[in-house]
Amino acid sequence: MSNTVEIHIKRRPNVDAHQHWEEFEIPYRPNLNVISCLMEIRKNPVTKSGQQTTPPSWDMNCLEQVCGICTMVINGRVRQSCSALVDNLDKPIKLEPMTKFPNIRDLKVDRSQMFSHLKKVHAWIELDGTHDLGPGPRMDQDDVMERYAYSRCMTCGCCLEACPQYDEDHYIGPQAIAQVRLFNMHPSGAMDRDERLQGIMGEDGITNCGNAQNCVKACPMNIPLTKAIYEENRETVLYGLLGWLEK
Amino acid sequence: MAAGIKIAIVGGGLAGLAAAMKIAEAGHEVDLFSVVPVKRSHSVCAQGGINGAVNTKGEGDSTWEHFDDTVYGGDFLANQPPAKAMCEMAPAIIYLFDRMGVPFSRTNEGLLDFRRFGGTKHHRTAFAGASTGQQLLYALDEQVRRFEVAGKVKKYEGWEMMSLVLDDHQVCRGIVAMNLRSLELKAFAADAVIIASGGPGLIFGKSTNSMVCTGSAVGACYQQGAKYANGEFIQVHPTSIPGEDKLRLMSESARGEGGRVWVPKSKGDNRSPSSIPENERWYFLEEKYPAYGNLVPRDIATREIFQVCLAGMGANGDNQVFLDLTHIPAETLDKKLGAILEIYEMFVGDDPHHVPMRIFPGVHYSMGGLWVDFDQRTNISGLLAAGECDYSIHGANRLGANSLVSCVYGGFIAAPAAIEWAKNVERNGSNGSRIYEQETKRQQETNDKLIAQSGAENQYKLHEEMGRIMTDNVTVIRYNDRLKQTDDTLRELTDRYDRISINDSNLWATMALPHARQLRNMLDLARVITLGALNRNESRGAHYKPDFPDRDDANWLKTTIAEHSGEGPMFSYDPVDISLIPPRKRDYSHEKKETAKA
Repeated sequence: MSNTVEIHIKRRPNVDAHQHWEEFEIPYRPNLNVISCLMEIRKNPVTKSGQQTTPPSWDMNCLEQVCGICTMVINGRVRQSCSALVDNLDKPIKLEPMTKFPNIRDLKVDRSQMFSHLKKVHAWIELDGTHDLGPGPRMDQDDVMERYAYSRCMTCGCCLEACPQYDEDHYIGPQAIAQVRLFNMHPSGAMDRDERLQGIMGEDGITNCGNAQNCVKACPMNIPLTKAIYEENRETVLYGLLGWLEK
Repeated sequence: MAAGIKIAIVGGGLAGLAAAMKIAEAGHEVDLFSVVPVKRSHSVCAQGGINGAVNTKGEGDSTWEHFDDTVYGGDFLANQPPAKAMCEMAPAIIYLFDRMGVPFSRTNEGLLDFRRFGGTKHHRTAFAGASTGQQLLYALDEQVRRFEVAGKVKKYEGWEMMSLVLDDHQVCRGIVAMNLRSLELKAFAADAVIIASGGPGLIFGKSTNSMVCTGSAVGACYQQGAKYANGEFIQVHPTSIPGEDKLRLMSESARGEGGRVWVPKSKGDNRSPSSIPENERWYFLEEKYPAYGNLVPRDIATREIFQVCLAGMGANGDNQVFLDLTHIPAETLDKKLGAILEIYEMFVGDDPHHVPMRIFPGVHYSMGGLWVDFDQRTNISGLLAAGECDYSIHGANRLGANSLVSCVYGGFIAAPAAIEWAKNVERNGSNGSRIYEQETKRQQETNDKLIAQSGAENQYKLHEEMGRIMTDNVTVIRYNDRLKQTDDTLRELTDRYDRISINDSNLWATMALPHARQLRNMLDLARVITLGALNRNESRGAHYKPDFPDRDDANWLKTTIAEHSGEGPMFSYDPVDISLIPPRKRDYSHEKKETAKA
């Protein structure tokens, strides 16, 4: 086994600059993940050929694949860098920023559009208030398990990076649709079902899904995204029909 | 018309979002500052659950029993009135999250299910799979987004607090924050400020904490005159997964659902764990603590695991013991612990359904933090604190699943207290702009100096050195000579800090300058923790000195208070409010004695 790890990083100094690759080499240790490699590089940012350079910039926080922030494209596949273990990766390891979001610097991107989508689809329950009104509605454990699966979405953006339709914000994408499913399944949430459906029925709405099914394969939390799209597509069709009848 | 009330909140985890929701609901404005998008805060890492005495299992649980378990588990260092108030609010907090749509696990009747956790004999912990913190944080994130759409909350994500803006009378009038992309420094006026910035785990280098848990904002408050209390009480979680970049948490719920901790009975037994027969395994927690077994409080479990490894009895002679779930049906494990088993398999490669996990204690939580009164107010007027960054509630040791409830409780108390202050405080008027300009300039000078200097010291190496010495000497077992030596080293590191180079010529979205600012504040808090431990010559909860093995209520039943000075931390001691339950000896080898309700 090689006693060094070679890592290629696609760099961009700022939003207006061009991207370029830089190559680094660090000493191998067992149990390295991509984040620990980046930490090693930033301590002493010198390229493989011995050139002093700037330390790479990236996002990281929980390092347990639950906050979603450290998502990047690793050897061509979008995933979290904290759970990308060096021993399991082809070498040299190639790190690139996600491509569907504005690239801030190096491996950092701005995913605020995903949070805007959550506003658009009304991804919350309209509480009467936060004062004590006793417990919520009783629920069947099977329904809870299905909702739990959707509720694990950490807004990482893997599904959007992998989706061939998601680009330039013309399609709201699987993450927001799955959140519609999450709240429409809840007895109190269902009371605002229509507002959520309207959020995914516009020009950038659910009908833009091309059924490539890349999202469900890319999702690190194994969220049944295609099921959510199927269910919500059905709901929007019914809602469109009834809405038309009401007029 | 006078402008409405505006409150700044620093931190968008459970405590910060809980406060933001309450303030916005009351019709006031919130500026919410967070280093990361709030949905990515450290609260997502909490796994096991949230405590509240709902008694759905008919075990005779009560909020009083929860309160008694909390102060008993905390070795009687907690002020009792706020701990009692939290336990009384806990069921309503759980119900509120239920109404917000958190997918809590259910019973056959569709009611909330509860599981067992450490330091109690009751099923008192509501849970959403094994990612309860993530689910609770998302629920608050959703509600705060609702208020964001309504124009009540303005988020400043990607902004880090650098300092407080204090007026000539030491009243807090806002904060100075730094934009983490442009490095722009800006003052934000506020009628009150709530610090909800979480714990300081990164002082120990590797911990179970997220990378934002530097304690830096709290360090800045401390430098500006806020009192820091009980700093020496650091919780080391018994079960974490050692890693190169961090120690990943393995939730107490693994033991709550029946997980057993063991090592081979004979030293040097290197057989694979599954081939070691039952009678050749040493279940040391069950043996020593028959009443609570694997669910003794964390400080006790941690010390036992640590001592077993120190004695060379660790699995394969290493610093690790087995946490065994293999006897539990796979379906139960998937339903109740799925998320954490995935984490283990992802990072270690073994499947805990079939192979016992290998775990070791890791720094996890700070019981200490900013001193607050019973309304979450610090000693600086107009400055409040809530969540892990404040010292209240947990005393010398926090019980599992009490952190989520204490964060929400702290936020819910801080919000009305901040509004009350804001309603009555005199605005400092147009001549106030001077203090904002001065503080922004002071912060700019600090940044400019760091950017300009080109010393030979490396800030990341200093951080590693600090983390290593703190972990070696200021965690599970503490000796006065090593604590003294640690403080000497911390002072050396502080000197060397003045000779760092930030080493990044590209200042746009750099990680280097923010880290340098955080490191300076961490060094100060590290000294508070270390010297607090050096001074306290007793053993209580998480603070254990072999040379002073007993709890000493006569001399040390008191709160440590540290205040910043040019010569380092100055210490004083406050009495603990024990007005409700008289202190008694902790003994988890026997059933807890009932306490009469006062």
